[in-house]
Amino acid sequence: MISVRNLSVNYGNEIALKNIGLDIPKNKTCAIIGPSGCGKTTLLYTMAGLLAPSDGKILINGEERTSIRKETGVILQNTGLLPWKTAWDNVSLGLEARKLNKNEINRKVASALEELGIGEHKNKFPAQLSGGQKQRVAIARALVLEPDLLLMDEASSALDAINREHIQNLILKLYKKNPITMVTVTHSIEEAVFLGQEIVVMKRASIKHIIDNPYFGDKDIRYRQDYYNMCLEVRKWLDGEEEE
Amino acid sequence: MKALRNPAGCRTLFGAFIVLLLWYILHICVRSNILPGPYETFVTFAKLMTGPLLPHVAISIYRIAAAIVVSMGIGVPLGLWLGLSERADSVISPVVYILYPIPKVAFLPLFMILFGLGNSSKIILIISIIVFQTVLTARDGVKEIPGELYASVRTLGLNRWQIYKHLVFPAALPKIFSALRVSIGVSIATLFFGENFATTYGVGYFIMNCWVMADYEQMFAGILAMSLMGIFIFKAIDLLERKVCPWICLHN
Repeated sequence: MISVRNLSVNYGNEIALKNIGLDIPKNKTCAIIGPSGCGKTTLLYTMAGLLAPSDGKILINGEERTSIRKETGVILQNTGLLPWKTAWDNVSLGLEARKLNKNEINRKVASALEELGIGEHKNKFPAQLSGGQKQRVAIARALVLEPDLLLMDEASSALDAINREHIQNLILKLYKKNPITMVTVTHSIEEAVFLGQEIVVMKRASIKHIIDNPYFGDKDIRYRQDYYNMCLEVRKWLDGEEEE
Repeated sequence: MKALRNPAGCRTLFGAFIVLLLWYILHICVRSNILPGPYETFVTFAKLMTGPLLPHVAISIYRIAAAIVVSMGIGVPLGLWLGLSERADSVISPVVYILYPIPKVAFLPLFMILFGLGNSSKIILIISIIVFQTVLTARDGVKEIPGELYASVRTLGLNRWQIYKHLVFPAALPKIFSALRVSIGVSIATLFFGENFATTYGVGYFIMNCWVMADYEQMFAGILAMSLMGIFIFKAIDLLERKVCPWICLHN
């Protein structure tokens, strides 16, 4: 599905990503974790088509990505919801941009909001919603476009611990119902282990290690020791960097 | 009664009461017919508004409204453009910065020669003053849009025109309303000045004409008309803003 080949991204003289290689198979989930400034968000933005590579390329379904892809859904940090649009209008925006007819838009938006349990808040503006509700609107806005690839940047980091787990459970539930390729950027080890079949540990502008996570997909994983062992392993790889 | 029940209405009534009280105290202290009391003024105002003052008010409102509409029509698109285009901003903004503080009222004689003695020169004078404010606030409104929102709408697949419509314009709108509000006071002051030259219509003319004729009650009725006009336009803008930007009052 996604092939990252020798990817480098620079911001002026600053190297954000250097010679990255990564393959994410179709309908698999991948969590990218690393300390602040390691380039994980840059990698996601480049996959989304928001940033252009300085060198190398990203292939999605074998095609080189040169601009924003219609079939890619993106959930940004802080949700990226437009403050002047209601939950409903935020969700329908992408469909309007695709020039779907009114009835179809109404049907899809209504079902997306219902599925995420925010139907009753459809006429509220983002400022009237709680953090968790906003995040649900952002997810609805991405999923209503029926993407085959979902990119998430710190999808739950703005939330408190309980809501964070709720959102993670919700994402897993949605994934199991309708598996698509999913890439999550996070700085939370627990989230990476919960949402990533493949966990990519990054260090300064490059990939340090890729861990295969066999425990992915169990919604009750948090009650099992294996989950914490996996968290420990990720932590070791993350901490290893500081010692270097 | 309805006004008493909502706090904003209460505040307006309270403000009006204090202003009338101060006016009345001043009237008693000055003890001269040059400063008529509120009661006499309101009676004269009511009488005049059904007769000779009405056309003056109408023409003044027309001049202000025309100036505001034209200023917004020029200032908003120009400001949005400057906000979006670094290059346009670097070329045009320095010019705007030089022109902005120049006292444009001094150009009234020139405007009257160029655009005639009628409405045009007065409207253009007001435009020349408020358009710069509009340009700069619209530009700043666009510049303050967080980069994340641009990224967000781009990932949704919005094209350039749709980004204008759904992101840039609504983001700048509350700023534009603020600019509009600030412009009102300046516009009315400019209008008063402009209406003192080469015209026999407008509230400004009416006030100065009554002054010349030493009819202070009528003069004060004219001042009251001009003040009410300002309050009315101000409130109308507030109302329009609440209607058009319902999301901004949610942040309070």
